[in-house]
Amino acid sequence: MRTGASRTIRVDTLARVEGEGALLINMSGERVTDVKLKIYEPPRLFEAFLRGRHYSEAPDITSRICGICPIAYQMSAVHAIERALRIHIDPAVRLLRRLFYCGEWIESHALHVYMLHAPDFLGYQDAIAMARDHKEVVERALRLKKIGNRLVQVLGGREIHPISAAIGGFHKVPSKQQLAELVEDLEWALEASLETVRFTATLPFPNFEQDYEFVALRHPDEYPFNEGRLVSNRGLNIDAAEYEDHFRELHVKHSNALHSVIRGRSSYLVGPLARFNLNFDKLPQVAQKAALEAKLPPPVKNPFRSIIVRAVELIFACHEALRAIREYEPPAAAHVELPKRSGTGWAITEAPRGILYHSYTFDENGLIQNAKIVPPTSQNQKRIEDDLRDYAATLVAWPLDEATWKCEQAIRNYDPCISCATHFLKLRIEKDPESA
Amino acid sequence: MSSNGKRKPKIGVFKFASCDGCQLSLLDAEDELLAVAGAVEIAYFPEATRAELKGPYDICLVEGSIITHHDAERVQEVRRKCKTLVTIGACATAGGIQALRNWKDVDEMVRMVYATPQFISTLKMSTPVAEHVEVDFELRGCPINKYHLIELISATLIGRKPNIPTYSVCIECKRKMNVCLSVARGIACLGPATQAGCGALCPSFDRGCFGCYGPMESANTASLTEQFRILGQTDEEISRAFRGFNAWAWQFRKASEECEKR
Repeated sequence: MRTGASRTIRVDTLARVEGEGALLINMSGERVTDVKLKIYEPPRLFEAFLRGRHYSEAPDITSRICGICPIAYQMSAVHAIERALRIHIDPAVRLLRRLFYCGEWIESHALHVYMLHAPDFLGYQDAIAMARDHKEVVERALRLKKIGNRLVQVLGGREIHPISAAIGGFHKVPSKQQLAELVEDLEWALEASLETVRFTATLPFPNFEQDYEFVALRHPDEYPFNEGRLVSNRGLNIDAAEYEDHFRELHVKHSNALHSVIRGRSSYLVGPLARFNLNFDKLPQVAQKAALEAKLPPPVKNPFRSIIVRAVELIFACHEALRAIREYEPPAAAHVELPKRSGTGWAITEAPRGILYHSYTFDENGLIQNAKIVPPTSQNQKRIEDDLRDYAATLVAWPLDEATWKCEQAIRNYDPCISCATHFLKLRIEKDPESA
Repeated sequence: MSSNGKRKPKIGVFKFASCDGCQLSLLDAEDELLAVAGAVEIAYFPEATRAELKGPYDICLVEGSIITHHDAERVQEVRRKCKTLVTIGACATAGGIQALRNWKDVDEMVRMVYATPQFISTLKMSTPVAEHVEVDFELRGCPINKYHLIELISATLIGRKPNIPTYSVCIECKRKMNVCLSVARGIACLGPATQAGCGALCPSFDRGCFGCYGPMESANTASLTEQFRILGQTDEEISRAFRGFNAWAWQFRKASEECEKR
C-alpha cells in the first residue's frame, strides 16, 4: 500500500462502546505522529453536585454515572462510606455483595465478549448480523447475559440501577429459597462460560504484545471484588487510602482528556487482563484449567486476548456465584445501625472494566463535603492511546478502512465506558481560553 | 412507508448526556431482541453496531439531557431526521440527575471538578429534550422499564397509542399487596406522587420510593410534603427528596423550591 504517504485514521463516532468518543490517528509513512482518543461525552459534574447530599444517597446517585456497571458504583460507594463511619458489615452481607458483583460481571462480560467485541474478530458490524450466521452463539450470549441480569434482579430488584444496596448492608436480603432458584441457570451458565473460553480461543489474534504495568486488587484468599490491596507487577502495593498519593491525573493537551498515570512512571492497565495476570493463583481450578487449555498462561500481554480472559472471568463469576449461594445463610439484620459521625473514607472495588476508586468526606450530619471518583476507563485511557500508537504502526500496509476497523477493535479490547469516564475526564473543547 | 410491508421501519437510537442505561434496556431485552431486530431495521445505534443507515428514521429513541451548545444543535438535527421521536428515561424526559446544576452556579461547579475550567464548554442548565424540540412520546424512568420500550416499539409499528400506566406507584404497591411503609412504619416515600412503572420496587425492598419515574400526572406534592413533615422530615430533607433523578420535572421542582423558601 501507500507506505510513504501520510494518512489519517478517523472514526467520528466510536461504535460498540458505552458513551461517546471519537478516534483520530495521524501517520506519516510508517510513523504514527499523533493519536487522539477524543471524548465528547458531555460533563455531568457528579462530584460537584454530590456536595451537600446525604451520604446514604451516594450509592443511588453514583450508580447513575453508568448504566452498564451500576453495581460497581454502589459497591465502591458503600465501602468508602462504611470505612468513614468505621462500621463492619455482617459476613453474610459480605458474601451477598460478592454474589451481587458476580451478576454484574456475568451480564457485563457476556455483553462485551459476544455483542461488542466478538463481531470484530469475525468481521460483522454487530451481534445481530453475526446471529444470521452464528445463531447458537448469539443465543448462548443472550441467555448468559440474561442469567447475570436475573441474579442482579433477585438481589437488587432490577438489572439497571438496582435499588437494594445500602450503607451497612442491603435494604432487604433474599431468602435461601430465592437464591436456590438460580442454581440451575447458573450451572448452565458455568458450562456456557467454559464453552465461551473455547469459542474465544479459536478467534484470530494479531501478533501484538505490550509491556504493561498491570494494576488490580489482590486479596490473600480470593479473586478480588470488594477488598484487597492495590498491587502491580512493578511493585505497587498500597491501601485504598493511599491511592491519591500514588496516582495522578494529567491534563494532556493532545488528548482533550485527563489521563491517570502512576506517579514517577506512566500509563498502566486495569481490568480483566490485570486481574488475571496478578491473581491467576486465586482463580478456581476449573477456571485455571480452562485458561491453560486455551493456551493462556499468565502473564497475557496481548490486549486482543482480553476477550478470552473475560471468558475465563465468566467461569470464575458463575463458579463463585454458585459457591456463595451454597454458603449463604441470611444475616440477622439486613444492615447494621449507622453511627452519627463525620469522616473520610476510601474504597477501591473491581468493576468489570477494572478498579473504581471512590472517596468521600462528610460532616457530622452526614452531608457530603467532598467526593472523588476515578473510574476504570479514565485509568485505561492513556494506555489505550499507547496501544494504538504501537498498533497503528503495524497497519501501514493495510487499506484504510480495514486499518480503521482494526484500531476500533484495539480500543474495544478495553471495553471502554466513556459515560463513566466523563465525570472525571476533564473534557476540553479546543478553543482559546480568551474566547471561552 | 412502513405500513406497506415492503420496507422495515427504521429505528435510530441517539444519545445525549446520560449513563447509557436506557438504551442498554434494548439489549437487555434478551428474549425479544432478535425478534425486534427482525421486525425493524436498526438503522443507527452506535452502542450496538458499527453499521449506520442514513435517515430519515421512522422511530428515534432519544436518551440523555441537553447540557452542551453542540448537543442543543444536534437535537434539532435529530428531530429533522425522524418521524416519531420518543424520549427514553429521566435524563431525556426531565433533565436527569445532572439537572441539579440548575439550582447552582455552574461555573463554580466546573471549577470544583475541573483543573482548567476555562476550557470547559457546558450550558448552565440541564434541560429535557422537550424544551428544545417537539416530542411525540415520553418514556419515564431511571432507568426505563424494558417492557415499556418493547410495548412502545410494537404500538408505534402498528399505529396505536402505547399502553403505559400514568397512575402512581401506590397502585402498584396495592396490587402487590405491600403493606404501606409510610402508614405502617413512618418511612418517607415518594410513591403517592410518582408515576408507576417500576413495579413498586423500593417499597417491595423495605425502602421508600425515591421517584425514578418522575411525577405522576396529578401529583399532589403539597399534601405529600405535609405528610413528610408529619413523619419528622426537615424542609431540607424534603427538598432533597424531590431533587433526585427527576428534579427538574415541574411538579417536583415546584415542591422542592417551596421547601427551600420556607
